[in-house]
Amino acid sequence: MDVIQVKNLVKKFKNFAAVDNISFNVEEGELFGLLGPNGAGKTTTIKMLTTLLPITSGYASVAGFEVSKHRNDVRQNIGMVFQEPALDKQLTGKENLDFHARMYGLKKEVRRKRLTEVLNLVELTDKQNELVETYSGGMQRRLEIARGLMHSPTVLFLDEPTLGLDAQTRRRIWEYIQQLNETQKTTVLLTTHYMEEADYLCHRVGIMDKGKIVAIDTPRNLKNTIGADVVTLELEHKDGNAFRKLPFVKELVEHGASISVSLNNGEHQIPPLMEFAQSRGIKVKSVELHKPSLEDVFLRYTGTTIRERDNAE
Amino acid sequence: MGPISTQAIYILWIREIKRTWRAKSRVVGTIIMPLFFLVFLGSGFRRASLPGMPKGIDYITFLIPGITGMSLLFRSMFGGLQVLWDKQFGFLKEIMVTPVSRLSIVLGRIAGSSTIALIQSFMILFLSTLLGFRFASVMGLFVATAFMILIATTFIGFGLSFASKMKDAHGFQLIMNFVVFPIFFLSGALYPVEGLPRFLKPFVYINPLTYGIDGLRKGLVAASTFPLWLDFAVLSFFCITIVTIGSLLFETSDVGQ
Repeated sequence: MDVIQVKNLVKKFKNFAAVDNISFNVEEGELFGLLGPNGAGKTTTIKMLTTLLPITSGYASVAGFEVSKHRNDVRQNIGMVFQEPALDKQLTGKENLDFHARMYGLKKEVRRKRLTEVLNLVELTDKQNELVETYSGGMQRRLEIARGLMHSPTVLFLDEPTLGLDAQTRRRIWEYIQQLNETQKTTVLLTTHYMEEADYLCHRVGIMDKGKIVAIDTPRNLKNTIGADVVTLELEHKDGNAFRKLPFVKELVEHGASISVSLNNGEHQIPPLMEFAQSRGIKVKSVELHKPSLEDVFLRYTGTTIRERDNAE
Repeated sequence: MGPISTQAIYILWIREIKRTWRAKSRVVGTIIMPLFFLVFLGSGFRRASLPGMPKGIDYITFLIPGITGMSLLFRSMFGGLQVLWDKQFGFLKEIMVTPVSRLSIVLGRIAGSSTIALIQSFMILFLSTLLGFRFASVMGLFVATAFMILIATTFIGFGLSFASKMKDAHGFQLIMNFVVFPIFFLSGALYPVEGLPRFLKPFVYINPLTYGIDGLRKGLVAASTFPLWLDFAVLSFFCITIVTIGSLLFETSDVGQ
């Protein structure tokens, strides 16, 4: 069954379409990711699905309820972890969870049981009675994830769950997300602009850019569409097109002063690429070989990298 | 607006009480100002008798209900505007994404802030007994309490209406200066409104606090300008209207970043 159904969804702010006619489904138990740069429309999409923003046009349903018609049923069935912290820092961790549980009308025994469970899951049991203002960034994030799970939602929405966290904390958050997806059978929709995150965590990924979903599939299938290794050459001048003449170059994308070349057996093809560059008098400043990643997929579909898009913001 | 959830109202109420308790020093700060007004104005104008003051009442007795009303006004506006801080610190999103009806959220906020406002006012009344103030009657105290609740609810609704239309906490000071102070000065809290120039009179009569303070005065010191039923009717009308407007605006409020 599809827990989330989105069809031709549009959100316009004045004349600007922040979300431009997107469609996708998320199956029950799936860990689904929306990957894209800042401003791609990921957060706007999540805000519409969680009833925080009215929909301009199109259809969306969550947990079997149409979002624009049954707001309260949708709210009852979802958990949400926001991109910006949304905790009351003058309350303790436990009080924040209790606040949430009561807002969802949980009975006393259920509240107690869930409190213990979710605190265990995110390993904050010994910190529960301390004010949230004393928590580190990672602890606050974990508390928010725990809070999102308090009322056993069908779907948990995570908006950039590891934004601004250090590598080690990020790893741990990933583990929690996987754990809650597996043990609690919670369907997860997350947004991220970290490739590794989407690649590592998500069963399926929708790549978003400028309000549209440009590709949607499992990370493996998406990477397979690139089908080959990628060599990125940073050039002194923009004259990368010459490389198209080489027989082993399958595809070539120019972005900024660099070119990315798709080819098989990248490590063996770098020397001929260099010789070719020298023979044409093209100055190469740096060379990078990598096996296909979601970054390349993004590049292929949008003609730019996520970082370049982020910097252009 | 959906069904009312008592559990949600309760937890919103408790939250406000806890937060206030944990910021005790700030609370002390907010009752110091009314106390200064009371002590300095009260002793400075001790012998003053202003035209329009009810007979047989000295200035400090006249002033005490006024200052009680002032502390209710300031604290309640502040309580309603607190939504702005929830917006700024992101907590409003957490509240708005829950399945609780917006009406329950508004009621929870009113419950919390009016409790605090009432406690503060009683502290001021208690402290003013040290200045020689005596309650007129037990019945009068009940009347005064009813008016305190009405005043608090009205101005929490007022604050909520403003907060729902504002993006962040930047406009807070503006509202305090250009809305709250005129309401205070044109309410008869400090002096009888008879002395004000004619062109200001209409503002006095459309000011809900005028009726609130008059009712308080009746209850606390057994003297008033209008009949008690009129104070009660007009203030109740304002109260219901403003809270309704506040709730409707809150329903469509932007939740912030």
